Amino acid sequence: MRPTDLTLAQGLAALERREISALELADAFLAAIERLNPRLNAYITVTAEAAREAARASDARRARGEAGPLEGIPLGIKDLFCTEGVRTTAASRILGPFVPPYESTVTAQLKRDGAVFLGKLNMDEFAMGSSNLTSAYGPVENPWSRANDPARRLVPGGSSGGSAAAVAARLAMGATATDTGGSIRQPAAFCGIAGIKPTYGRCSRFGIVAFASSLDQAGPVARTVEDCAILLRSMAGHDPKDSTSARLPVPDFRAAVGRGVKGLRIGVPEEYRLPGMAPEIEALWEQGLAWLREAGAETVPISLPHTKYALPTYYVVAPAEASSNLARYDGVRFGLRESGADLKDLYERTRARGFGAEVRRRIMIGTYVLSAGYYDAYYLKAQKVRALIRRDFEQAWSRCDAIVTPATPTAAFAMDERQDDPVTMYLNDVFTVTANLAGLPGLAVPAGLDSQGLPLGLQVIGRAFDEETVFAVGGALERAAGFTAQPGIMA
Amino acid sequence: MSLDAATVRRVANLARLRLEESEVETLRGELNGILGWIEQLQEVDTEGVEPMAGGAPGEARLPWRADAVTDGGIAGKVLANAPDREGDYFAVPKVVE
Repeated sequence: MRPTDLTLAQGLAALERREISALELADAFLAAIERLNPRLNAYITVTAEAAREAARASDARRARGEAGPLEGIPLGIKDLFCTEGVRTTAASRILGPFVPPYESTVTAQLKRDGAVFLGKLNMDEFAMGSSNLTSAYGPVENPWSRANDPARRLVPGGSSGGSAAAVAARLAMGATATDTGGSIRQPAAFCGIAGIKPTYGRCSRFGIVAFASSLDQAGPVARTVEDCAILLRSMAGHDPKDSTSARLPVPDFRAAVGRGVKGLRIGVPEEYRLPGMAPEIEALWEQGLAWLREAGAETVPISLPHTKYALPTYYVVAPAEASSNLARYDGVRFGLRESGADLKDLYERTRARGFGAEVRRRIMIGTYVLSAGYYDAYYLKAQKVRALIRRDFEQAWSRCDAIVTPATPTAAFAMDERQDDPVTMYLNDVFTVTANLAGLPGLAVPAGLDSQGLPLGLQVIGRAFDEETVFAVGGALERAAGFTAQPGIMA
Repeated sequence: MSLDAATVRRVANLARLRLEESEVETLRGELNGILGWIEQLQEVDTEGVEPMAGGAPGEARLPWRADAVTDGGIAGKVLANAPDREGDYFAVPKVVE
């Protein structure tokens, strides 16, 4: 087996048995990046020398008997995580040459556990998008393509499109990602890999470029559910630098993956059966539920009555928070500066030039819904509907232990499809956004292929801080699906 | 509720985004498309519902910490990315005559 074919769990085992060194592993992935990144554009920055140096240090630690839980594992880092001494762009022009003087807590913990960073991964600008088309560093190509139209380039989803494409194409063993409305789960589903958005508060947000602070959560993407569980254990944990991070112990998520689903009640929300939903998606959902029943779970119909209001709620709350968070990009303290006649002119020119069209649209919406006279009608109203969405889930948990839905309403679409209307693009997140609004964990698992050979995913949503049950259900789905298909472009 | 061109300009000013006259109409159309879609929230009965502020799934209580300095003396790091600086200060165009 070639080193890039190893799952993260297999890579750890091979390193432990000294069948491969961290340096050999890093070199194999760096060679794959050199060959395929010019086409896929998954990485914005490749830190080859730093990766080799970190790999050598990792091999030395292992030789001394000081191996950490991720010792020698090569990872890609979404370019939303601040990495000390390594340029961090959020895929925006406005951050320009910004080099963080500090490290995000999540990446610091991955380093603490021995991981080797290969570079910084492309994404939608400020994590705003579902296609990776809004990146100032160009779009990422999905390594998968349609059987009947292989030349047509597809999107990897977004916003963590670089993370998902890199893992699917074997340009990293796993990657960090973030999810505000579906930005881990939708690209994972589009690229045929697994990804989990943990409970709000499970991972520290310190050092992650902020988009919508009450919705943003970090999580891993990787090729298997088990690999995600291994990564999440290192990424999670209380951090005094993030006042919203939970003071809870971090469970052994990996142990939960094989736990089985016997006796679990799996909720099936009626409201997720959208009119006009692709029959293939509906069939895969039914198949997933049948697999879980065969594994000993019970499926129960549930109702989440406010589901249809989740996306409009999100598109008030998220832009409102974004317009506040992005006020800091003023051309004064870091990043891009456009000169102006006076200070206000400097601000306005810097922000108009530095932000892309989608980011500017969201800042405008957010500023409007927070402005005097509109705050109650839009922002306060959305916060109340958000409370009702959370209550829907609280009531559902009396009837079920986890909820299973499709991850996305369609398979990956082409780069030249549906860019015209912002609202159509927003509908990509229809199945994922509810978990962000309610603060709950959600996992995407690759479960099948559509008639064009494109991957489709299922989503598992769990109770707050019960990622273990989510992993157990995800593991059962993964074992039953036996997803072994591979993308056309792969190291 | 539909935005007119003057409101688009006013919001852009609040957001400190320079807007060219040629962009106003396109942006007005896009924003009205989004706001029209958001309008459906008005049909939800939220009488007596406490607004959910923050993202915590349960009852959120922000923790307290000691009111003590935890870092400092890192002016070099703080200023390292400044587009323009004078000594230990960020430099901007003259604000007061």
